[in-house]
Amino acid sequence: MNLAQAFDVVKIVLHEVAPEIDLDTVDPGVELHDGLDLDSMDFLNLIAGIHEHTGRNIPERDYGLLVTLGDFTEYLAGTVPSV
Amino acid sequence: MPSLGADMECGTIVEWRVQPGERVHRGDIVAVIDTEKATIEIEIFEDGVIAEILVPVGTEVAVGTPLARLAPTDPPSPTTNGATAADGAASDALTDHRHPAFGGPGPAPPRSSPLARRRAKELGIDPAVVAGTGPGGALTAADVERAAPAARQDRDDRPDRADRPGTRHALATLMARSKREIPHYYLSTTIDMSEATTWLADTNASRPPAERLLPAALLLKAAALAARAVPQLNGFWVDGDFRPAERVHPGVAVNLRGGGLVAPAIHDADRLGIDELMAGLRDVVRRARAGGLRASELSDQTITVTSLGDQGAEMVFGVIYPPQVALIGFGRIVERPWAVNGMLGVRPVLTATLAADHRANDGHQGGLLLAAIERALYEPEKL
Repeated sequence: MNLAQAFDVVKIVLHEVAPEIDLDTVDPGVELHDGLDLDSMDFLNLIAGIHEHTGRNIPERDYGLLVTLGDFTEYLAGTVPSV
Repeated sequence: MPSLGADMECGTIVEWRVQPGERVHRGDIVAVIDTEKATIEIEIFEDGVIAEILVPVGTEVAVGTPLARLAPTDPPSPTTNGATAADGAASDALTDHRHPAFGGPGPAPPRSSPLARRRAKELGIDPAVVAGTGPGGALTAADVERAAPAARQDRDDRPDRADRPGTRHALATLMARSKREIPHYYLSTTIDMSEATTWLADTNASRPPAERLLPAALLLKAAALAARAVPQLNGFWVDGDFRPAERVHPGVAVNLRGGGLVAPAIHDADRLGIDELMAGLRDVVRRARAGGLRASELSDQTITVTSLGDQGAEMVFGVIYPPQVALIGFGRIVERPWAVNGMLGVRPVLTATLAADHRANDGHQGGLLLAAIERALYEPEKL
């Protein structure tokens, strides 16, 4: 999966979790917890949504790597094989 | 009192523009009324002479209430139309039951300018419910514009089902009442969470995301077990007495995205397995935010639990939701220096707090509850 595809998937799942976020203007550098105000429940729902959409099972020990939206996208692009 | 909006139930006369003895013509503005959403000028639908003002300024009355009595200007004659004239009785011209607002077929609809009709359509306003102030009661664009803030605010104010119980205003009223009536006392205890966090990490490592547990589930289960163990904190203060609840239904404080707070109950949380409880927690949070809570979830709470999770403060001293008598608060898990067996180390710790009603229980019982929570969290595999 390339970065653009990864970003698309992340945006779809993010919209399910936090529908009020404007996906067209969201900055990839925004922090998921502090910037987008996602709590641990939201974050878990994000992880579960990614698993559902891509089959990628992100382990808990990797959560610390996913600080910004960009981090999340790059992680996904780096670990999910291209279709 | 005319109906000027789908959910308008009553209005208040703010000003009378006419007085008894004054001649009025159809279309004249005779009064100014205040609904909850806007101040609106109302017109009269018939010619006549004001005979009597029935509702004085400042009185709130229900839609449909007669506001004034009107005497016809001409003596009743067979050629005058309308039941009112034929009866010879004064007509209640301001509550004209032939008016479409009351569901009647209505007189010939007042003329409206094309601009007014277009603006009404743009703004999503039904022209039939707007008072027209143009010649002969015709609807002008200005009339529509004036009704617009009411209509727009109507739509904006209409609360989401999700928001309804958590709206700021409702919460403000409840919180103020709580602080006014309940003599709160507060206790806190700091809990070593290393057992709990280690157990969680180990358990979650082998689980797909949909089955993973959050610390919040452990905290809720511990709180529910403690509430069962110390029943003096699980129940209601009613009519000067404490009534213990038979079951444990903790209300779980959920932040609604974009503002607002609800605390729906998870029924019998003390009896649910930890996986079941986690699923219940995810479900209730999702429905609280999407607008699908059930009445029982909003009325059955026997105690409330608030967990500030990751971003919040280290300890929360909450405000009790009457008629409950206790609120358990969990702060953020933080790494702190900690003394264990005379040695200094670093442990993940969490501060649990209790706000309780001093009419119903005292510090001893409150202390027992916090101690029960602490013990439960030292054996997470048993939760």
